Amino acid sequence: MAEVVLNNLTKSFGKDVGVDGISMTIPDGAFVVLLGPTGAGKTTTLRLISGLEKADAGEIWIGGRNVGSEMPAQRDVAMVFQQYSLYPHLTVRDNLAFPLKSPILRSPPEEIERKIKEVAEVLQISHKLDNKATALSGGEMQRVSIGRALVRSPSIYLMDEPLSSLDAKLRTDLRVELKRIHAGLGATLLYVTHDQIEAMTMATHVGVLNDGKLVQFGTPREIYENPNSLYVASRLGLPRINILPVDVFGNAPHGTTQIGMRPEHIQQGSGLDAEVQRVEHLGDQNRLHLMLKGHAITTIADPATDYKPGAQIKIAPKKPLCFDADGNRIL
Amino acid sequence: MSSFSVTEPSRRAKWFAGTLVILYALITMVPLAWIMLTGFKSPSDAISYPPKVFFEPTLEGYVNLFTTRTRQTPEFLAANPPENWYEEIVREYDMVIVGPSKFGERFLNSVIIGFGSTFLSIFLGTLSAYAFSRFKIPLADDLLFFILSTRMMPPIAVAIPIFLMYRQLGLSDTHLGMILLYTGVNISLAVWLLKGFIDEIPLEYEEAALIDGYTRFQAFYKVVLPQAATGIASTAIFCLIFAWNEYAFAVLLTSGTAQTAPPFIPTIIGVGGLDWPAVAAGATIFLLPVMIFTILLRKHLLRGITFGAVRK
Repeated sequence: MAEVVLNNLTKSFGKDVGVDGISMTIPDGAFVVLLGPTGAGKTTTLRLISGLEKADAGEIWIGGRNVGSEMPAQRDVAMVFQQYSLYPHLTVRDNLAFPLKSPILRSPPEEIERKIKEVAEVLQISHKLDNKATALSGGEMQRVSIGRALVRSPSIYLMDEPLSSLDAKLRTDLRVELKRIHAGLGATLLYVTHDQIEAMTMATHVGVLNDGKLVQFGTPREIYENPNSLYVASRLGLPRINILPVDVFGNAPHGTTQIGMRPEHIQQGSGLDAEVQRVEHLGDQNRLHLMLKGHAITTIADPATDYKPGAQIKIAPKKPLCFDADGNRIL
Repeated sequence: MSSFSVTEPSRRAKWFAGTLVILYALITMVPLAWIMLTGFKSPSDAISYPPKVFFEPTLEGYVNLFTTRTRQTPEFLAANPPENWYEEIVREYDMVIVGPSKFGERFLNSVIIGFGSTFLSIFLGTLSAYAFSRFKIPLADDLLFFILSTRMMPPIAVAIPIFLMYRQLGLSDTHLGMILLYTGVNISLAVWLLKGFIDEIPLEYEEAALIDGYTRFQAFYKVVLPQAATGIASTAIFCLIFAWNEYAFAVLLTSGTAQTAPPFIPTIIGVGGLDWPAVAAGATIFLLPVMIFTILLRKHLLRGITFGAVRK
């Protein structure tokens, strides 16, 4: 395991900027999640670190080694692809053994056997070891794909939305499993996703990307509670943060043009009158969709409350986040 | 009562399709069967009219194919009784076997040149198809078109220049010359067919292999090649069929050392003209290697391209 440092990493594809001057330190043993919409540069960052793409500028340091000119094989990274790229002509066992048999590792047969057994148990695919890779279900394939990374002990694990193609139950299971593996192995992980639950539950650090730039980097809690921009604030949180023009409630620092209120940061019972549009009963909470002076607002209420559409309810912001005209946070 | 199914053909449709297939098979196989049967006829049965469907089989054609014979005096024949069954067959015509014919050699030439050029076409074709498929090659489209354009006229149209070139280079009537020539004709087909197959193999596999600790060539060898096996097998069959059956260049460029079977077989002369049973026997034997090769590779042909392990 090793610390990975990105220094002003830049890569463009023709006119499109993939990654634009990203600098970031992934501490040894950290679980870093890169969040961002499609095209933000998450996957490109992974591919640059792995060596599948060559950076236009900037440096990549893995364990104190500048790997800029190294081949992917020399960089000692393991990668799980978004599409489960299992070798279709091999069995599950041979797929798992493939990286161990590489000319770089050349593991002895007993060790290969032992590691495959270990990983297969963790991922619950022991009974499928002798199946052809193509004879698996999607979930099994992705587990084997993760397993192929886990049999190694690389400097860093790179994972590109590994759970996005799985069903909800399996996703939850594997999320827990990945977190456990991370804790158990003390592995360094760089994990790309656009699923904020994955980010919040697994990460020790979250990096938010936008248009190839790293917008904010910090612990999940920091990013959630203390976003530095409107963009970051709206990336995390479900339901999404409510954005209102400053004049709806007034009373904000100078320069503020918009305020953001997370659904749970709306006080009920005092303030301005809003009309209930719709109520969603989620079991553990009720989700209220309100209309306030023509602005849609989502908030949550105790599951015991029994609002009907059309009801009037008084709301006021609690700890609002203030943003200027450019979307930057005003403290 | 039968239930209706969208995917299962009805019983009547199956019968109809089956009958069509059998009819087609019969039509295409009649000439083949006729050649095989002729190989077992006597020369007079072979040319009798109306053609004989039922006849007394003999191995005369095969004996004549593999041997050279000469007529002998009755005294010599009486003094040397036949030692084995093929001597006996020849004795009916007052002849004795003096040695093997050239068929074995010519057949071996066909094997060397046919398989040699197939191997070379596939080897070069796979490498260049991989390069065209995976690397950014300047003017790739133009190069591919150039490669294809070598097929735009019948190869025999350039027979005279090739004949002169080969004579100048000392390649006439050599194995190497014929292998190079057939490879040159086959390579465009190989590159284009194989490029299609390799394009179908997702890049992710190689990227995964690169990260798993393999070099580019190892990734090609361990991951791409096995998955291209289907394509390579079918391309190899096409290449072999062409090189095996090629007649015009073989007539023009080979006469002795490197002569292949196609120009040799029709020149087998028997008593008073072409020895049709021997020609038919030669043709039958000549058909076997391609048939065996195809059957051996059948597994790869039928297996189809492996889909599924990468989501598209």
